Amino acid sequence: MKLIIAIIKPFKLDDVREALSALGVSGMTITEVKGFGRQKGQTEIYRGAEYSTNMVPKVKVEVACDDAVADRALEAIQQAANTGSIGDGKIFMLDLQAAVRIRTGETGAVAL
Amino acid sequence: MTKLKTWIAGTAAALATSPVFAADGPIKAPTAEQMATMVNKGDTTWMLVSAALVLLMSVPALALFYGGLVRTKNMLSLLMQVFMIVSIAALVWVGWGYSLAFTSGTPFIGGFSKIFLQGVDATTLAATFSNNVYIPEYAFVVFQMTFACITPALIVGAFAERVRFVPLMIFVVAWLSIVYFPIAHMVWYWAGPDFLPDAPTDAGFLWGMGALDFAGGTVVHINAGIAGLVGCLMIGKRIGYGKEATPPHSLTMTMIGASLLWVGWFGFNAGSNLEANGLAALAFINTFVATAAAAVSWALVEQFHHGRPSLLGAVTGAVAGLVAITPASGFAAPMTSIALGLIVSPVCYFFVSVVKNKLKYDDTLDVFGVHCVGGILGAIGTAIVADPSLGGQGFFDYTVFPAAVGAYDMGAQLVTQVKAVVLTLIWSGVGSAVLFFILDKTLGLRPDADAEREGLDLSSHGERAYNY
Repeated sequence: MKLIIAIIKPFKLDDVREALSALGVSGMTITEVKGFGRQKGQTEIYRGAEYSTNMVPKVKVEVACDDAVADRALEAIQQAANTGSIGDGKIFMLDLQAAVRIRTGETGAVAL
Repeated sequence: MTKLKTWIAGTAAALATSPVFAADGPIKAPTAEQMATMVNKGDTTWMLVSAALVLLMSVPALALFYGGLVRTKNMLSLLMQVFMIVSIAALVWVGWGYSLAFTSGTPFIGGFSKIFLQGVDATTLAATFSNNVYIPEYAFVVFQMTFACITPALIVGAFAERVRFVPLMIFVVAWLSIVYFPIAHMVWYWAGPDFLPDAPTDAGFLWGMGALDFAGGTVVHINAGIAGLVGCLMIGKRIGYGKEATPPHSLTMTMIGASLLWVGWFGFNAGSNLEANGLAALAFINTFVATAAAAVSWALVEQFHHGRPSLLGAVTGAVAGLVAITPASGFAAPMTSIALGLIVSPVCYFFVSVVKNKLKYDDTLDVFGVHCVGGILGAIGTAIVADPSLGGQGFFDYTVFPAAVGAYDMGAQLVTQVKAVVLTLIWSGVGSAVLFFILDKTLGLRPDADAEREGLDLSSHGERAYNY
């Protein structure tokens, strides 16, 4: 099993969700986050006091999936979240050691 | 035409039969019984409505205007400070404030004859600006009370996010007593138009000098603005000032607050006429258009300077316009009010965005840059816009009976206005400095660093403004 963590532009969330659903990925967790990479924030001015906000709002998507679909899921997110401009985000993939469905106690890929 | 003539004849007949001008014109120094026939229900209504409007300016308007500009962790502390200051000031006002401000005493302060409102009841009356027109004294007491409530509340913006609550409340009681009441007495106390001719020296020092302050440019705005500057210098900068970003937590709140200030200010300025007549309407429209002009000119300055006009700029400009028109509201004409509004915003903008950063004082919410600077501009500008040659109202000579329009000398009036400004700056600046110094050395004005970092909402009040 793999855990995929994708940091994407907030308005791309629906595209990413649809692309993953099409692959049969049955769940995801999202979080509103802030951060920066190459894209920098804007300058805000309040009564002449300037603040440069380095952090840019993003959405973090976490998806756990079976090894068999992991590479295709990675590719689907990359394509769905791509606008071709700076600030599109990053995708990370990690090995997932265990998964448990809390309601039934099932473990492994069936718990996803 | 016939209709109009009939109407004029009818009005003249009504005037002739009204008790006020019944026999041989106005009555000099009327008795209490005569005065009781000189009260107009329209005036009384307008004064009571105005008093409620001015209360609206402090709670919630000023509280929201200020609160929106601080960080989330200090929002509630601003709301609480303003709310409690208003409550405490109201009690101080009926305790000894009204007596010290509005009874005869020395030119610098009144006496104790009406302490705890003794001698004031539902039948006693207060003078207006017209011969033989009176309003119930309670209406006057409560209208002036709201001014005493908002003025100390204005000060807290200068040292927001870093002041201890209890010492601040003690400061407010002391500041009202030794700074506000004397200045209100000096600027606004006089014997009234039916009594001054017989007692030409029975007036406050600045009133007697001929200083014009229609609704409180010196008494309220310069007074609070300089106290705020002294306070922010003596309390010191916030932790992290200039290093940490301290952007406003809710400009939505600030916009609501500024808009309610605009609404409430009609009571402040038009109510200061004390009668519901044409001059009240003049003060009303002047207040409206000066504010609009100042909001536009602040937005224009930002458009040219930064390429983007900001909401905070627009509402700050509106408040600066309100401050500037306050002393002039009953003296200016609508077009000169617009000029005053257009000028005040660039001046205040220069102070809050350039001077403050150069001199590095941490006037958190620009009480000095907007209220003191705008107030000074308005107080001095009053001498210009009041000139009848510019459509202004000039001044009334109340030492003759009945009062008559006096000869207006703009140059002399400018000098008088500057003297009034300087006296207010010194009186309030020195008085405030002494009070802040004593409180800082005894109780301590500043919370400890951990309390300040945690935010005053939790450390001073044990609550958060928002739980979500």
